[in-house]
Formats: sequence, structure tokens, C-alpha cells
Amino acid sequence: MEIVEAKTGKKILLLGNEAITRGALEAGVDFATTYPGTPSSEIADTFSAVAKYLKKEGKDVPFYFEYSTNEKVALEVAAAASFSGLRALTCMKHVGLNVASDAFMTYMYVGCKGGHVIVTADDPSCHSSQNEQDNRYYALFGSAPMLEPSTPQEAKDMTVKAFDLSEKLKLPFLLRTTTRVSHVRGPVKIKDSRKPKGKGFFEKDPMLVTIPEVARKRHPVLIKKMEDALKLSENSEFNIVIGKSDSEIGVVASGVSVLHALEALDILGLEADVLKLGFTNPLPKEMCKNFLRKHKTVVVVEELEPIIENQLKEIAFDAGINDVKIYGKTSGHFSRLYEYNPDIVVEQFAKIFNLKNPLPDTKENPLSLPSRPPVMCPGCPHRASYYAMKKVVPKDVVYPTDIGCYTLGKAPPLEVADVLLCMGSNAGIANGLSKATDQKIISFMGDSTFFHAALPAIVDAVHHNHDCVITVLDNRTTAMTGHQPHPGTSFDGMGNPAKALLVEDVVRGLGVEHVEVVDPKNLKETSEAFKRALEFKGPSVVVSKSPCILLELHDKKERGEPLDIYQIDQDACKRCNICISRFGCPAFYFAEDKSVHINEELCNGCGVCVQVCPFNAIKKVKEVTL
Amino acid sequence: MKEKLNIIVTGVGGQGVITAATLLGKTAVASNVNVLVSEVHGMAQRGGVVDCTVRMGNVHSPLLTRGSADVILSSEPVEALRQLDKVNDETVVITDVNPVIPSTVAVTGEKYPKIEEVFKELKKHCKLVTLDAHALAEQAGSVLTKNVVLLGALSALDILPFPKDLLLDTIIKSFPEKYASVNKKAFELGREAVLSQREA
Ligand SMILES: Cc1ncc(C[n+]2csc(CCOP(=O)(O)OP(=O)(O)O)c2C)c(N)n1
Ligand code: SF4
Ligand code: SF4
Repeated sequence: MEIVEAKTGKKILLLGNEAITRGALEAGVDFATTYPGTPSSEIADTFSAVAKYLKKEGKDVPFYFEYSTNEKVALEVAAAASFSGLRALTCMKHVGLNVASDAFMTYMYVGCKGGHVIVTADDPSCHSSQNEQDNRYYALFGSAPMLEPSTPQEAKDMTVKAFDLSEKLKLPFLLRTTTRVSHVRGPVKIKDSRKPKGKGFFEKDPMLVTIPEVARKRHPVLIKKMEDALKLSENSEFNIVIGKSDSEIGVVASGVSVLHALEALDILGLEADVLKLGFTNPLPKEMCKNFLRKHKTVVVVEELEPIIENQLKEIAFDAGINDVKIYGKTSGHFSRLYEYNPDIVVEQFAKIFNLKNPLPDTKENPLSLPSRPPVMCPGCPHRASYYAMKKVVPKDVVYPTDIGCYTLGKAPPLEVADVLLCMGSNAGIANGLSKATDQKIISFMGDSTFFHAALPAIVDAVHHNHDCVITVLDNRTTAMTGHQPHPGTSFDGMGNPAKALLVEDVVRGLGVEHVEVVDPKNLKETSEAFKRALEFKGPSVVVSKSPCILLELHDKKERGEPLDIYQIDQDACKRCNICISRFGCPAFYFAEDKSVHINEELCNGCGVCVQVCPFNAIKKVKEVTL
Repeated sequence: MKEKLNIIVTGVGGQGVITAATLLGKTAVASNVNVLVSEVHGMAQRGGVVDCTVRMGNVHSPLLTRGSADVILSSEPVEALRQLDKVNDETVVITDVNPVIPSTVAVTGEKYPKIEEVFKELKKHCKLVTLDAHALAEQAGSVLTKNVVLLGALSALDILPFPKDLLLDTIIKSFPEKYASVNKKAFELGREAVLSQREA
């Protein structure tokens, strides 16, 4: 495994996220915690892979790692390690920090002991997220020092540095990436690793107990620490001016925007000084002031919110610098929406400096190309659950949904998704709808989501006797983000055996009286269970339990079992097309003559379509070895 | 080598697109060439479009501008055409000829264009090289080597800043030993397919 075995001095190709993990290992991290989420997942998945690899090689694993129940728990578990003097890393996607924010805000007051790096991976353009919130606001909101890498090499260097600085300031550090930093591969130079401590010791300290009296004392301490952080930022190697021209033009940027800006300057042949900011909270005020003084025109390139831009204006105002023109979002050039690319930056630079945009015009595609949206896999158990449910419930049922592979059930032909806010929201929304309307409510969530965020809402349903059906699509994994384990699985992130909690036990324990556990691959049984649950007055829970087909295929392969392949008997098929128009397994297709077939390369052999066909036309035709 | 080399590797989830892009990146690092490989993850795994950019040499951004691709390496014809905005007259588009029809067309009624039309459009705007990568991968011993066939095809263009043997070596070392001969064959078949078209 190259990421652990590569020799000092060697350059290897690493994903931005992998570089963060490597950085943590070089910094001698003792503790790593997470709840998975794109685009952050590979950071934690690499810890998991490294732990398993070292165990397999018979070596000691020098750190503790866990996929925690949710981001808040992840942050608390790691904070405890830091309080005990250990080095800790917690990583999550941007919205994960919302979940962890209650702990986060007061953690800043308390501060840390061992260095603690909190990675937030933002997702401008919502490539795989429900919003594109700019988590740099959390750095301002919570008074957290923050570093923002542009490249994989910087991702590693900044991680190492963040541990040192965090320990020095006794303040957790935010390391903020975006999709185009987390998911870019580049050369990274390997350095020696510091030896982790292993075990820490928790020393009692009344200042760790944030009763109001303590909190009032801690807040000024936090403000003082941020003054110290400002000095570090002013002298940071991550805040630099690129270019030695005497140009009157200055560009200020951070993260991947620095790279787009440099590219754009090259393309336009424009001479400018670039203030590249890597230590972005607190901003290096003096440095910014000098930069503003030296340039007549300053363009700020930052994705999403005008955070640097607004601060630069404040700095200019306070310093009485009024002969500089600052361009950015408020000037109407750069958008607050979506991620940037070099084309966007070239276009706006050209506008600002009255240059001709040298890029060719957009080529309209003359043919209309079919879209290729992501779909649930052939043989996905979620499809079977949805199909069985829809068959027997009234048309006007409302379906609050949640985040996971099953959200793809929004698309035709299933169309089982009416409202979604965030992880766990299905159950809370179901509760509210059951009281606010007389409509029938069936909500859906996955098993990982259940443990992550749904328990309080189910307690609410029980306590207030909300009349709704809450469904847990229990596919035994966190599929959407890469099949990570969760509290319902019998192994943990380090590959050790773990106590598996059963969803049905948990909800019974919470006081749900009507609990149905079904195998969705049995459509009839599943339909009946939904019918009974809907008839029940009060909250009921359906646990639809069948492993993600990809896990099943993996296990089959390990066990040397063959895969069944199904096909449609064209003589028996009456072309009712239900298998496509209602069920919609992606392995089905229409031939030119409108006959229906199964693409054998796509069929994952779940056998559910056999029960869907009213004419018994679908049959197992062969077995193939995996 | 040119000062900058811009490659787009594209296709459909499950076709080994990200692996192919990563192998190019690894080989570049092994030969001390600066490289950035960008990929789109997440929902793309479930049968969606996957596209990666591989930029080598004196580059800053991981993303490339309109009309600046040197090569588009595609494991699906429509996905090659979807990158039209990135091509210029000199761009070489290498694509597998086998369409993967999105499963959703059966439900949405969208049309997959005629394959000849797709190629006609591509030819209008760039230099097109087609090959049956699927068949060649099968011939090599496994359809899973389709991405390696395409890398072999790419190596025939003589624009990579490293010798083809180094790329092949990286490919072989990145997989378990038992796949070495299949991968080698896949690579050579892809390479041959392009070289023979050049001579013709
Ligand atoms: C607060 C928050 N954390 C993480 C995520 C990323 N995420 C999206 S879906 C998902 C979990 C899906 O697992 P599960 O509910 O079991 O459904 P499955 O994908 O297995 O069907 C996660 C972690 C998120 N959207 N929001
Ligand atoms: S990965 Fe698993 S849960 Fe997700 S769509 Fe595929 S089969 Fe369904
Ligand atoms: S058995 Fe039927 S439903 Fe299951 S994957 Fe194959 S075609 Fe799809």
C-alpha cells in the first residue's frame, strides 16, 4: 500500500483527500473520526484501508479510527482525545458541520489540548449534496482558524501544519476543501512520520465545564487566541504573493480559485500580482492592507460567498485606502453560485480589463443527447420495496424521503419522493404532515440515516402518537457514500468485529408498537406489511431488510457462488411493459421492434422481476461465475 | 512534448474511466512530469456520466477551458460527443464504438442518436479515431480491460510525455500479478488498432 509504504522523499500521486490522511499520519495522528459524506469520504476511507492493511501485515495500527454515528458524535469523540492530549482529526462534508455545529461552537470556547484538525469538504455546484453552503462562514461564526489548500501537496502540508498550530494555540483548526481540491489527484512528496502518543491522560480542569460562569471567562480567551492566530496568519508560508511584476493589477484568491486565476492570467497574457491566501481565517490583515495599497485594481476570485471580498473592503475602509477599485461579486462580475472554472475567470478578467476573450465560443451540440442520470442499480432492494409499497397504497399518499441511494426513487417510474431537507428529515416531516393534514404519510430513510439522525423524530412520533408510517430501508450499509459500516453492521471501520444494533430492536425500544420486518425481495409479503402499517392508527415502522445488491455480489464472489441470470420468454411476454413502466430495473430495454429484453450484462440476478411479471414470462436462464 | 497536455477521459460509471485517468497520472508522476487529475464522484457511480481531466506539464488549474482538449479518450460514443465544447480542429477523439444506451430512455422516451450521426458530428469538429475496444478487451481475455485497450490506443498517438512502456509498466504494477498478461495484451491490441488505422 503505497500511501503507507512510500519512502521519504518519494513523490506519489495522491487524491487531495488521501493527501490529508497522509498528512495526518505524518503528523502522528492518534485519533480519527468521521461520518462519511461526499466529497470528504476518501479521507476516512483511507484511514480505514490503512488500518486493515497494517493489521493484515501483522503490524500495529498506530491510530484509532471510527465511523461515528453522526458528525456531532464524531467531533465529540475526537475532542475527548484532544482533551486527553492526543492528536485528532475529524472529517465530514460541509453539511456534516451543521450536525456537529452545537459541539463545534462551544468547543472553540473550551479549546483543545492535543492538536485537532476538523476537515470540512464543501461542494460548490452541489455535485453530490443538498446545498452548496459556504462553510468558511463557520470559521467566522465560531472563531476557528482556517487553512484552505489548493492542491494535493498543499492539502498534506497544511494538515501537518494545522496539527502544530492547533497545539500551539490550543484551538481546533478548520481545514476547508472543496470538491475540486478533495477530488483532484496530483504529485505529493512523502515525508517522515512523527510517532503517535497512543494513550493520553485526561487531567481534570474546571475550565472544561462550560457553565455560564466558565463560558463568560472562555469567550475572551477565544478572542485572545484569535489575535495570536492573526500573527500566525501574517507570517504564514501559506499566504504569499505570486509574481514580481510592478503591475497595478492585483488578484486575491484562495483554494482552487487560485489555480483558475493563474490559468486565466496565462491565457490572457495579463501581468498581475496574485495574493494567494491559504491561511484564510483570520485573514492576514497587514498583508492584505499592503497589497491593497500597492495595486490600483484588485480582483477577488473566490467561489460562493464574498467572504474575502467583504473583509478586504473592511480593511481598505479602516485603513483609509480609497484609491483602489475592488472587483468581485458586489461589482457584478463573479457569481455567488456554483463552482468556478478557468473559462469563467477568463471571461470576467477580460470584461474587467477590457480585453478580448480569446476562448472560442461555446459549441452547441447539434444532436440532442440523451441524459444519463444516476439510477438505482439493477437488483437494488430499494426498488423492490418501493414497487411493493406502491402496489397497495392509495395514489395520494405523501412520501417524505431522505438522503441515500433510495433518493433516486424520485425518478420515474417509481416517483416515491415528495419532500427532503436533510439527513433524518423524513421522520420529522412525516410527523408534522400527519398533524397538519389529513393525508396518508409514508416516509423513507436508509439504515445509516436511521442511526445518524432519525431517532429523536421517532421518539417524537411515539410520544405524540403521530399517525404515519416510517420506513427504514435496511440495506445493511451506507451505500451512497461508498459502503461504509454503521452501528447496524457487525464490523467497524478498522475491520474489527462490532456489536450490530438491529433497527427493529431500537424502534421497539423507543416504544413503537407496530413494527413490521420484511424482506423486500418477497413482494407480496412486503405489500401486505405496508397495508397493515398504513391501517394502524399511530406511528408504525416498516423495516425493509435486504442487503445492497453490490454487497451481495461481493459476498457471492467470495463464497464462489454463481450469479443467476434472468431473461424474458418472448412467447410468454404479452408486452404489458409493467417491468419497465412501473418497476424500471435498468437491465430491461426495448428492442427496435418494441419487444422487451433483459441486458444480461446488467442483470444482477435478484429475481424480483419474476414476481413483477403477471404472465410468468421472466425466467432464470443460466448461472454465471463471478 | 507540448508545454501542456490536456486529456479528457470520459465514459459511463463502471467502465474504468477513473482508473484510466489515475494510471495516466501515476505514470506522469513516475516520470517526474507535473500532473493534475480531476474527477467527478458520488452520484456518478450509479450508471451516470463519469468524466476526468488529466492535465500535464506547465498547468495550474485542474480543469481545462473550452476548445483546449488535445485528446478525448472515451469509452462511449455519445459521451465523446458530449465533450464537443472542449475540442478544437486539432483535437484527437478516440472512442469505443459501442453505445451504452441509458436505461432511462425506456422510461423517459429520450432518443439515443444514430451512431453514424454521432461520428459525423465529431468528424466535423476534430480528428476522430474509433475502435471496438469492447471486442479487443474480450479478445485480450476480459471485457474489464476496455480501459486498458483505450490507454493502449492513446499511447499510439505519440503525444504522451513518457514512453509507452512506462505506461504499460504502471498499468501492470497497479493490478494483481495474475492480470499482467491480459492487461499487456489489451494494451497492445488497443495500440495496434490505432497504428494500423494510421498506416491505412
Ligand atoms: C449531514 C450529512 N452527512 C452526510 C451526508 C452524506 N450522505 C448522503 S447519503 C448518506 C447515507 C446513506 O446511507 P443510508 O441511509 O444507509 O442509505 P443507502 O445509501 O445505503 O441506501 C450519507 C452519509 C449528508 N448528505 N448529510
Ligand atoms: S449501491 Fe446498493 S443500495 Fe445503492 S442503488 Fe446500488 S444496489 Fe441500491
Ligand atoms: S433479476 Fe430482474 S430485476 Fe433483478 S437485476 Fe435481473 S433483470 Fe433486474
